[in-house]
Amino acid sequence: MKALHQFIDSNVHPLFKEGSKLEKYWPVYDGFYTFLFTPGHTADGKAHVRDGVDLKRTMNTVITALIPTLLFGMWNVGYHHFNAIGIDATFFEQFLFGAIKVIPMVVVSYGVGLGIEFLFCVIKGHQIEEGYLVSGMLIPLIMPVDLPLWMLALSVAFAVIIGKEVFGGTGMNIFNPALLARAFAFFAYPTYMSGDKVWINTTGTEGMMAVDGFSGATALGEYATTGVSQYSALDAFIGIIPGSVGETSVIAIMLGAGLLLFTGIASWRIMLSAVVGGVVMGLIFNAVAPFALSAEQQAFMAVPFWQQLVMGGFAFGVVYMATDPVSGSQTDTGKYVYGFLIGFLSIMIRVFNPAYPEGVMLAILFMNTMAPLVDHYVIRANIKKREQRLALKTATA
Amino acid sequence: MADVLEKKEEAKDLLVDKQPKEPLFSKKNRKLLNDPLNDNNPITVQVLGICSALAITVKLYPALVMSISVLFVMAAGNVIVSLMRNFIPNRIRIIVQLVVVASLVALVDQVLKAFVYDVSKELSVFVGLIITNCIIMGRLEAFALGNTVWKSFLDGIGNAFGYAWILLAVAFFRELLGSGTLFGFQIIPDAWYLANGGFYSNNGFMLLPPMALITVGIIIWVQRARNTKLIEE
Repeated sequence: MKALHQFIDSNVHPLFKEGSKLEKYWPVYDGFYTFLFTPGHTADGKAHVRDGVDLKRTMNTVITALIPTLLFGMWNVGYHHFNAIGIDATFFEQFLFGAIKVIPMVVVSYGVGLGIEFLFCVIKGHQIEEGYLVSGMLIPLIMPVDLPLWMLALSVAFAVIIGKEVFGGTGMNIFNPALLARAFAFFAYPTYMSGDKVWINTTGTEGMMAVDGFSGATALGEYATTGVSQYSALDAFIGIIPGSVGETSVIAIMLGAGLLLFTGIASWRIMLSAVVGGVVMGLIFNAVAPFALSAEQQAFMAVPFWQQLVMGGFAFGVVYMATDPVSGSQTDTGKYVYGFLIGFLSIMIRVFNPAYPEGVMLAILFMNTMAPLVDHYVIRANIKKREQRLALKTATA
Repeated sequence: MADVLEKKEEAKDLLVDKQPKEPLFSKKNRKLLNDPLNDNNPITVQVLGICSALAITVKLYPALVMSISVLFVMAAGNVIVSLMRNFIPNRIRIIVQLVVVASLVALVDQVLKAFVYDVSKELSVFVGLIITNCIIMGRLEAFALGNTVWKSFLDGIGNAFGYAWILLAVAFFRELLGSGTLFGFQIIPDAWYLANGGFYSNNGFMLLPPMALITVGIIIWVQRARNTKLIEE
C-alpha cells in the first residue's frame, strides 16, 4: 500500500498539478485520491479539530449501515421471484438471482450520478464532494426491482442535476436527492413504480416460461385497495414481503439504525420523534376507524398502529432519509417537530390517499421544504426567551 | 409693442424644430423588436406571465393558439392605448387599460369559440386570464402610455414573440417527452414502447405543471449561461 501511495505521489500527481496538461481534471483526480488516502495537506493557522471523521468517512459509515438492507433486499428479490414462478430454489440460488438483478441497479445509479457530479466539478473547477456516495446507494434500494435501468438512470440524472447541482452541489440541496429520484420516477413512470405488477420479478429463467399477470402487490398496496393483506405483521417485520429492494426488512434496517445511532451520525431525535409521530397517527386512525367513509378505508384505519410502522418504506425512510443532515432541521427542538410531522404525515397520506401508498416519500419531501421554517421559529422563540431573561435580569439589578 | 414682439421672437426660438422623420425600422425600433426575444425576455428575464406558461404548454397546438391570441391582444392593445395616451386621465389609466384589454380578449375568446372550439375548451379559463397577464399590463403601462403608435406596435409584437417562443419551446419538450407527439402527430415510433415490446415509455411527469416550471428554469439556465449581459454580479 505504501509503495502504491509513493508511486501515485511521485508519478501520477505531477500529471494533474497546476500548470500541467491534465490540470482540468484535477477535481476528478483529487476526488479519487482523497477517497483512497488521507489527504496530505494540513491546516494553516489555528485549526479547530472537533472530530477525526470527515465527510468521506461519514458517508462510508452510512453506506456500511445500508449493507444489511442491500443484502437482505437481494435475497428477498430472489425469494419472491422463485416463489412466483413456482420453483424450489436454495438460499444461494435465491441470493444469486437477486444479486444479478440488484447489482446492475447499483452500478447504473453510481455510474450516472458520479459521472454527472464529476462533469460539473470539472466544468466549474470545484473540488469533488462525496455527497453522492450515499444517495447512489439509497436510490436502487428504494426502487422496485423491475424498473427499467434507463428510467433509473434518468431519475438519477434528474435528482443530481435539478435536485443538487443547480443549488450549488453537495450540502446545498433543499430536498433529499435520493427521494427526489424516487419522486421523479414515481410521477414520470407511475405504471413502473406502483401497482401490483412491478414488485416481483417474474421473467423466466433457464428456459422457464415467464409468468404473466402474477399479482404481487405490496402489503400496503393490498391494504389500500382491499383493506386486507395476505402478509402478517411478522412477515413485514422480517421483510419477506414484496416491495422496493431495500425497504422491506425492518430487522435489517434496525441493524443499520443501530450503527448510525452508535456512531452518532444520524440524529436520534428525528428517528424517535418520527416513530412517535407514526404511533400517534396510527392511534388516531384506530380510534376513528368506525367513522371511515368506506369499508376498505375502515379496514385500513383499523390496522394496529404498530403494524403501520413495519409496513412499506416507513422504517427505511425514517432511518436513512429523514435523518439526512442537509435537508432536515438543524436545531434540536426543530428536529423533534420535523421528525414528528414526518411520522404523522406518512401514516396519514398512506391511509387517506390509496393512490400514494408510499406516504413516507411525500411526507419527507414535504418536511424538507418546511424544515427551514421550523428552524426559523425555533430560533425566533429562543431569541425571545433570551430577551425576556435579559429584561428580567436588568429589571432586578 | 416692441416688448411683445421681442417676446414672440424668443418664443419662436424656444420652439423645437420638427424632428427628422425616423425610418420605420431604425436601429432603435429594431431593438424594440429584438430585445424581448432574448436580453429582456418577458418570461425568462422579467419572469412575468409564468402562470399561463405553466398551464397551457402540455401540447404544442394550444400553446400556439395561445401565443397568437396574446400576440393579437398585445399588438392591438398597445396601439389603442398609445392612440389614446394623451386623453387618458392619469388617475384612471389602469381602468382604461383594463377595459381595452378586456374587450380585445372578449373578441379573441369569441373568435376561438367560433373557429377552434376544441382548443378553446382546452384553454378554458386561460383565454379570459389573458386580461390579467402581467406582460400585457406591464407593456401598456411602461411603454404604450408614453410612446408613439408605431413604436408601441413594435414593442407589443416584440414582447408577444418573446412570450411565444418560450411557450412553444416549453410545449415542444413537454409534448415530445410527455406524449411522444408534436402537434398531435406521433413522433416516437409505436414499436419503441414497452407495451409493444420496446424499451421506451412516455414521461408522465412532463404533463404535470412542476415539469413546466423546471423546463422554464432550464431555459433560463441555458440563456444565462450563454448571454453574458444577463450574468448578475
